[in-house]
Amino acid sequence: MAVVSRGFRGRPRNPDQKVPPGQYLTEDFPVLSAGPTPRVDRARWEFVVTTETGEKHRWSWRDLMALPAEQPTVDLHCVTKWSKLGTRWRGVSLAVLLADVPTAADYALVRCYGGYSTNLPLADLLDGRAWIAYQYDGRDLAPEHGGPARLLVPHLYLWKSAKWVRGIELRVREEQGFWERIGYHDYGDPWREQRYQGD
Amino acid sequence: MSTPVAERLRWRVARLLAARPETAAARTLVLEVPGWPGHLGGQHVDVRLTAEDGYSTQRSYSLADATEPGRVELTVQRVEDGEVSSYLADVMEAGDRLELRGPVGGWFVWRPEDTAPVLLVAGGSGIVPLRAMLRTRRAAGSRVPFRLIYSVRTPEDVIYADELRGADPGVEVTLVHTRRTPDRGLARPPSRIGVRDLVEAGWPPELAPTCYVCGPTGFVEAVADQLVLLGHEPERIRTERFGPS
Repeated sequence: MAVVSRGFRGRPRNPDQKVPPGQYLTEDFPVLSAGPTPRVDRARWEFVVTTETGEKHRWSWRDLMALPAEQPTVDLHCVTKWSKLGTRWRGVSLAVLLADVPTAADYALVRCYGGYSTNLPLADLLDGRAWIAYQYDGRDLAPEHGGPARLLVPHLYLWKSAKWVRGIELRVREEQGFWERIGYHDYGDPWREQRYQGD
Repeated sequence: MSTPVAERLRWRVARLLAARPETAAARTLVLEVPGWPGHLGGQHVDVRLTAEDGYSTQRSYSLADATEPGRVELTVQRVEDGEVSSYLADVMEAGDRLELRGPVGGWFVWRPEDTAPVLLVAGGSGIVPLRAMLRTRRAAGSRVPFRLIYSVRTPEDVIYADELRGADPGVEVTLVHTRRTPDRGLARPPSRIGVRDLVEAGWPPELAPTCYVCGPTGFVEAVADQLVLLGHEPERIRTERFGPS
């Protein structure tokens, strides 16, 4: 049973809000990163998928631009409690990128310029709800928001949508990423409020 | 600090013992939390407020202190239209209760066994988790050298002013004013923190200090970029950014 805080009223209630438990709405776009923002040159950018057998599949920036793009409008949910609704992106679906990659792996470890990493089940990248995104709100993605390109997996907490994405390692066994190793959830479903290991 | 997962995840009832004004816009809440497992400087907590009709909302707050068993200190700066901060900064009185869980976060922390020199760079209320690190240092009797560069708009905006004036041996504190300096006529005119401030009041990169930068997004972006430019290894720069809540 929740404890009432005397004198706390809160914002006006809006029962139509599509916000997961424990989240509040924000209009701006907060930035959360564990360190400095890496500067990544598009001319040297590449995205590499490494399968469980060590086979590598590479895309240059030009390769990425040549692939069919989608323009998803999605809601974002950050584990630090803010949610932002109806954000507009442009990017390439992981289902397209991974279509011809032979693998029997069940897990993905996402690696980034700057050293960040995060893990999630491969299935969550393949079902058309995950993108390599390079535009936000009609413009090139800003460096502090992960530009030139970031992973976008909006059905999971936003730390899974790794900024400055560089590659994905496909793995038979799950290996934890940066935040997961220090106590954040391996899956991170905001609707089940999976913030920390054990949630 | 390794706390069993189940302990960390449990919502606890916290009771306000006392509130201390820090500046016109910020105050420190001293909360009694029975069974609190303890925490490290730099960690934060999830706070949950519930209204009488059952509506509830959560925010994350940095812990301001790290030493007293069964107690938690939060320093809260009022933000305009802040649903939770305005309650914590203005409404809550001694004896009132809220719920919290944690401690959370194992990256933006300082552990007494880390012996590298430390650079703390704070913008505004970004001082809060860094002050907790200073408290951890004191409680551990550590002699690891710390330097703090604290950017504030005016002299009246300094949180923990008395405590920082009487900093422990081995801790050097430099204030950077962005709008107005004290009347004492300092040489540095008011301006945003720059490379020169970080060179003069920070550590040379050859000493491989661990750098902790906390403040609003633009501040953290600028300082972290400048530190990289000065030759600090990006892996040694830890950041925490915050926005309105």
